[in-house]
Amino acid sequence: MRYHTPQTFEEAARIAATGSGTTRFLAGGTDVLVQMRTGLVTPDDLIDLKHIPGAYDITQAPDGGWQIGVAVSGAALGEHPELGRAWPGVVEAMELVGSTQVQGRATLTGNLCNGSPAADSVPALVAAGAVVRVTGPDGTREVPVEEIPEGPGKTALVPGEVVSALLLPPRGAAGGDAYQRFIPRTEMDIAVVGCAVNLTLDGDVIRAARVALGAVAPTVLLVPDAAAALVGSHWDDGARARIEAAARAAARPITDKRGTAEFRTHVAGVLAGRVADIAYRRAKGEQT
Amino acid sequence: MAKDDVKQAYKLVGTRVLRPDGLDKVTGRARYGADFAMPGMLYGAVARSPHAHARIVSIDASKALALDGVKAVVTRADLPEGLTGEDWNLQENAMAGEVALYDGHAVAAVAATSALLAKDAARLIEVDYEVLPHVTDVDEAMKPDAPVIRPGAADHTVPDGMPPNVVKYFEFGRGDVEAGFAQADLVRERTYRTEATHQGYIEPQACVGQLGSDGKGEMWVTTQGQWYVRKMCADLLGLGVAQLRVTPSEIGGGFGGKTTVFMEPLSLALSRKAGGRPVKLVMDRAEVLRATGPTASASMDVKIGMKADGTMTAARAEFRMQGGAFPGSPVNEALECAFAPYKLAAVEHIGYDVLANRPKAAAYRAPGAPMGAFAAESLIDEMARELGLDPIELRLLNVVEEGDRSSYGPKFKRIGLREVLEATKVHPNFSVPLGPNQGRGVATGFWFNYNGDTSVSMAIAEDGTAQVAVGTPDIGGGRASIGLMVAETLGVPYEAVRINVVETGALGINEPTHGSRATFATGKAAVLATEQATREMCRRAAADWGIDPDAVEWVEGAAQPAGPNAGKFPPMSIAEIAGNMSNTGGPIAGHWEGVPRGVGASFGTHVADVEVDPETGRVTVLRYLVVQDAGRAIQPDYVEGQYQGGAVQGIGWALNEGYVYGADGRLQNAGFLDYRIPVASDLPMIDTVIVEVPNPGHPFGVRGVGETGITPPLPAIANAVAAATGVRLADLPMNPPRVLAAIRSRMDD
Repeated sequence: MRYHTPQTFEEAARIAATGSGTTRFLAGGTDVLVQMRTGLVTPDDLIDLKHIPGAYDITQAPDGGWQIGVAVSGAALGEHPELGRAWPGVVEAMELVGSTQVQGRATLTGNLCNGSPAADSVPALVAAGAVVRVTGPDGTREVPVEEIPEGPGKTALVPGEVVSALLLPPRGAAGGDAYQRFIPRTEMDIAVVGCAVNLTLDGDVIRAARVALGAVAPTVLLVPDAAAALVGSHWDDGARARIEAAARAAARPITDKRGTAEFRTHVAGVLAGRVADIAYRRAKGEQT
Repeated sequence: MAKDDVKQAYKLVGTRVLRPDGLDKVTGRARYGADFAMPGMLYGAVARSPHAHARIVSIDASKALALDGVKAVVTRADLPEGLTGEDWNLQENAMAGEVALYDGHAVAAVAATSALLAKDAARLIEVDYEVLPHVTDVDEAMKPDAPVIRPGAADHTVPDGMPPNVVKYFEFGRGDVEAGFAQADLVRERTYRTEATHQGYIEPQACVGQLGSDGKGEMWVTTQGQWYVRKMCADLLGLGVAQLRVTPSEIGGGFGGKTTVFMEPLSLALSRKAGGRPVKLVMDRAEVLRATGPTASASMDVKIGMKADGTMTAARAEFRMQGGAFPGSPVNEALECAFAPYKLAAVEHIGYDVLANRPKAAAYRAPGAPMGAFAAESLIDEMARELGLDPIELRLLNVVEEGDRSSYGPKFKRIGLREVLEATKVHPNFSVPLGPNQGRGVATGFWFNYNGDTSVSMAIAEDGTAQVAVGTPDIGGGRASIGLMVAETLGVPYEAVRINVVETGALGINEPTHGSRATFATGKAAVLATEQATREMCRRAAADWGIDPDAVEWVEGAAQPAGPNAGKFPPMSIAEIAGNMSNTGGPIAGHWEGVPRGVGASFGTHVADVEVDPETGRVTVLRYLVVQDAGRAIQPDYVEGQYQGGAVQGIGWALNEGYVYGADGRLQNAGFLDYRIPVASDLPMIDTVIVEVPNPGHPFGVRGVGETGITPPLPAIANAVAAATGVRLADLPMNPPRVLAAIRSRMDD
C-alpha cells in the first residue's frame, strides 16, 4: 500500500488517475479505515486529502453561499457560529453520524462518497440543493449532490476524480430545513429511514420545497412529488397527508435486517410529515 | 417492611466502600485478557467456516505455511481423538472435525510473528467444502424433514420416535393438571418465541497460551473460571490437568459467556506445534458473535388455569430450545423457573433440547429463566387483565413462601417473594399516572442461586493486615464483598484486607464465578477460613497468657479472655499477634475447601413504564423499577449495579437484541451496529429497591444477586407494551417493525 499526501486536488487526481490497483481517498477515514481494518478493502494507493490547503475551511461567499472543505469534521460543522443558523438541517444530519469520537473525524464529503443509501447527511444536502466541486483529469466540474450516488457503495465519480469542495447555496430569507432519521435506538445507529425537507415561504405559504429520502432505495432519493405536495400550502392537514402519501409512493425499499419494506414505506411517510413540520416552523423563525 | 428484619450490628457489612479495582480501571492500568504479552510471543488467527453446514472435504494450508513468519498451522488432526461426552462437544466446537456445523465454526488456526501476518495466513488456508442443507430455527429443526445435524446424538432421555435433532427430553411435574384446568374459571394457552441473544461483554475473548513438548503449559486468559479453563484445555489436548497453570486476567464482562472455552485450547495447540513459543489469540467482535456462545432461542407453549379471583389451579409448559449444534440449551432451567413464584397443586413441564446450525450456546445470566418468565408472566398478565385483577395482588394471592413446595420439586426454605411484592406495591413508581400511548408492566422472576466447588486460603501478614486468595474472578464486586466480610470477621478496617484472585496453582479447584455464587460461596468459605485464623490467634494469645485456648475469644480485632473466670489480661491485638508470630509458632493462616451448603434462592419483581410511538412502533422506556431480595447486601452499590445491569440486559433482549440469520444460514448482524444492545441514552435511571430477607444458610445472610435481575424484564416490557398499545407481542425482540405491524393489524381489525 502506498500512502500519499498531495498538496493540491489536481495532484490527488493525478495520483488516482495513474494508480494501477485499488484507490481510496482518505479524509476523516471513519469509513475507509474501518473497511481496511475489517479486510473489506486493502487499497494499493491511499490518498490523504487532509494536507491540501483549505481542506478544513468553512467559508461564506459574498452571495451568502457556503464552501465546506473536504476534511471539515461533523464537530467543526456543529460548532460553526453561522452555518447552523443558515442550514440547521444539514448540520443536524451530519451531527447524527456516529459517536463523539467519530464526529471529530467524519466529514460530509466522506459521508457522500461512501455511497451508502442510509448516509444521514446526504438527504439533507440533497434537500438543500448542495453541489460538489469535482476535480479530475479533465479539470473541474460541479455536480448536484443527488447525482453522485449511483447505488450502495457506488458513485458517479470516475477513476481519477476527487471531490474537492462541497457548496451550499445561500439560505435566503424565510427558509428552513430539517432532517430526521428513524433508528431503533437513540444514537450510535444507522438510519432505517431518513428524510430531509428544505422549504422557503412567502408569508405563510410554502413557495418552494425540496424533499429527500434516505434508506428507502439503492440511493438517496430526491422526491419532487413530495415537494409538490407542499408548494402552495399553508402546511395544513391536507398538505401533511399529501407529503406522507408522496413519500410512501416514492419509497422502494428492501426488507433486510434493519427493517421490512412495509415498515420503511410507512415510516417514510411519518418522517416526511414530521420533518416538513420542523422545516416549516424553522422557516417561520420559530425555535425548534 | 423487610428492612426491619435486618440486624444493624455490623461495622462494615452493608457499607458503600470504595471499589478495590476502581483506580486501576479508571486509569487504564487494569490488565485485561488482550493486555498480556510474553517475549517471543506469536500471534494466532482462526480460519472459520463461511457456511452454516458443510462437509470439510480438504484443508490445504501450504500457501499459509509458505509465508515467511508463519510458524504453525493446526487443524482437528492436531487434537487427540477418542474424547466423549461434553469433552467431545467442546473439542468439536473449538475446531470442526468432519463437518462445519455453523457459520463461524473454526476449521484451522495459524500462528505467526505478527497479528497482521497471522490474519493474512488464515485467509490463505484453502478449505474445500461440500455445502449441506442447514436449519437455524428451533421449530424448523424439529420437523421430520429437517436436516439432521448429528445422527445418533440423542441421549437416553429421548423417547423413540422423536425428531432426530431432539437430543434431550425433559418431563416433570406433579398433581392432576387436567383436573386443575377443569376447576378453573379461565384457561388460556399461548405460544411465545424468543430469539437468541449474546451476553455482549465488552471485552472479547483473549488469551496467551504456552505449551512445551514436556506437556507443561501456562495460560493467561480472560475468564470467569480458571479451573474450568484448565480442565477443559487439558482434556481437549490430552494433558495432565495439574500440568497446566491458568492465570485469569481482569475481566471485561462475562455474564456466563466466559465459563467455558472456545478458541483458548487452540493457542496451546499452536504453541505446542510452534516449539513452545507462547501464542496470543484475541477474538474480534464478529468472531465473538459468530463463534462464542450466545444463549438459546426458544419456542414455548404455556397453559394456565385461574379461578375468577386469580387463584392459579394448574399450569403447563412445553418449551423447545436450540442451543446450537450441540446439546445444552437451558430448557430445563427455563421450565424450572417458569412457575417458581407460584403455589401450584398441579403443574406439568415438558422440554426439548434441539440441535440447529448455530454456535454452541453458553451460559447467559440465569440461563433459561428469562425465556421461561417471558412465557409464563406474559400469560399471567394477559389473564389478570382479562379478569380485571391487580398484577401484584394476583401474585400475592399465589405467592410461594417458606415450606411451600416449589413448582420444580424441592420445598422452599426462607424466601422473600412476599416482601418483594409488598415493597413493589408501595414504591412511588407504581402510582405515577400514565399518559396516552403509555403502559405499565409488572413481572416476577426467580433464580435458584448456587454454591459449587470452592477453595479459599487466607493469611495474616506481619503487620496484622490480611490477604485472601480466592478462585472466583471478580465480575460483579466479589473482591469488595469478600473483603468486607473478612474485615468484619477479623475486626480490622476494610483497607487492611486484600483480596487476590489467584491462578490455578495456588488453590484447590474452584468453580467459576457463576450461578450468583461468589459472594455466597467464596464469601462463606472466606469467613470460615478467617475463623480458622482467628482461632489460631486466640491459641497464640492463650499460650502467652498460659490459659486454655477455649477461654479466649476473638472480639473486634483482638484476642481477649472469654470471661472473668478466664483471667485478667488486656486484649492482644491482631497486629501484636502478627508481629510476633515467627516466635509463637510461625505463619498464621486459614483455609476452607468444600461445597458450601445453605444456598438461598431469590426473587425479584420489576415494574416497567413504556411509551410506544403508534406511528413507528418505537418503544421508549420511561421508568423502570427493580425490587429484589438480596438476603443481605454486603456492598449495596454493587448490589444495585447488579440489579441495574440485569434489567438493562433484559430490556435489550426484549426490544432490539437478537441473532438475525439469512436464508443462507449466515449470521447477518455480527457487530454492535446491528446487534443492538441498548446505549445509555436509550434508558432511564433504573430504580432499585434492595429487600433483605437474610438467608439463614450464610453467615451474613447472602443469597446472591447476579442473575435474578435479568429474569423479569422480558415479560415486564412485553406487559407494558401490551398495556400501552392494546396488542400483545408474543415474539421477541419487540423491535419497531414488529410493534408497528402489530399496532396496524389491530387497527385493521
